Amino acid sequence: MTDSNTETLNVSVWRGDASGGQFRDYQVPVQENQTVLDVVTWIQQKIDDTLSYRFACRVGMCGSCAMTVNGEPRWTCRTHVNRVTQSSSLEIGPLRNLPVIKDLTTDMDPFFDKWTKAGGTHRASRSRNDGMVPVDPASKERMIASEGIECINCAVCYAACDTVAANPQYLGPASLQRAWTLVNDEKHDDRSAVLRAVAAEGGCYNCHSHGSCTRYCPVELNPMKAVAGLKRTTVAKLWGK
Amino acid sequence: MIRPHRSHPLWIAFILHRISGVVLALFLPIHFYVLSLALTDPTALDGFLRFSDLFVVKILETVLVLLLAVHLFGGLRLMAMELLPWTNWQKSLAASSIALGSAVACLFFLKVV
Ligand code: SF4
Ligand code: SF4
Ligand code: FES
Repeated sequence: MTDSNTETLNVSVWRGDASGGQFRDYQVPVQENQTVLDVVTWIQQKIDDTLSYRFACRVGMCGSCAMTVNGEPRWTCRTHVNRVTQSSSLEIGPLRNLPVIKDLTTDMDPFFDKWTKAGGTHRASRSRNDGMVPVDPASKERMIASEGIECINCAVCYAACDTVAANPQYLGPASLQRAWTLVNDEKHDDRSAVLRAVAAEGGCYNCHSHGSCTRYCPVELNPMKAVAGLKRTTVAKLWGK
Repeated sequence: MIRPHRSHPLWIAFILHRISGVVLALFLPIHFYVLSLALTDPTALDGFLRFSDLFVVKILETVLVLLLAVHLFGGLRLMAMELLPWTNWQKSLAASSIALGSAVACLFFLKVV
């Protein structure tokens, strides 16, 4: 990568804090294989070191770098600039549906509080003295649970969800998907408590199945399918099944 | 304008379902009121029926049938999605329910005009 390239990107970056803010424009040299996170880093290192943003792994593992890029939620470390812009302009803002701390950094507490509220804390069904529960990786339940466990907690689905935007009580796709993995996890104690938590106010029945969560999940999980699973299972319970 | 994060098939299916639902909710009371005229005021009903013979009213009726049919098939799709075992072709199912709804509306239009 060289800085000698004369082509530039016009980048609008949201600057502000919880009390408000606005987009500010920056010129950033185009580089080959440049990611959106590279662009933000370049601005912070070369133009304005007061720009706040969050990242850690830079390889799509930690889930900390999500932002709104040209109106869509994305993991910025794995989003190449040329994949999200046809022209040479880019608009980068904080994730939607979460309180802003400063600039591109959002407060993730409400997101993780909902994981707990949806029954997402693991409760072992046995103590260390009882030995492990044997789990057959090919069993139907385990395969369902495995579909959702690679979540990196990036909140991209949460930012994409219009139901979260309209109803701040709604637990949201990620925490419900976590709950669904536990409902199908033989090692989890009291799985019906999880079902009760997701059927309560703000739970799975609020989902309108628009699938924006699934459309944007960067690791290609399917939270909409998980929420449908919770709806189906809780309704079946009502009928005593 | 539809915001970027909403321009995908299932969100469009969602908004169609919502709009058709609201329009039907507004339509039904009017519909029942007109039906009640048969008992309370037959001359007014006759007047209304003549009005409903107008071509533009036929077009509006077709739009109503379209919304009703789209809402019906869309609702079946959603219930199947939430209550039956999962299928991976949700987008195709959404497109099929809209296509079926449109086909019903076309048939209706051909029949009434
Ligand atoms: S499908 Fe449900 S969880 Fe996913 S974006 Fe829509 S409302 Fe949110
Ligand atoms: S489900 Fe996908 S989009 Fe949502 S938090 Fe997990 S990894 Fe991110
Ligand atoms: S920085 Fe870790 S996922 Fe992007």
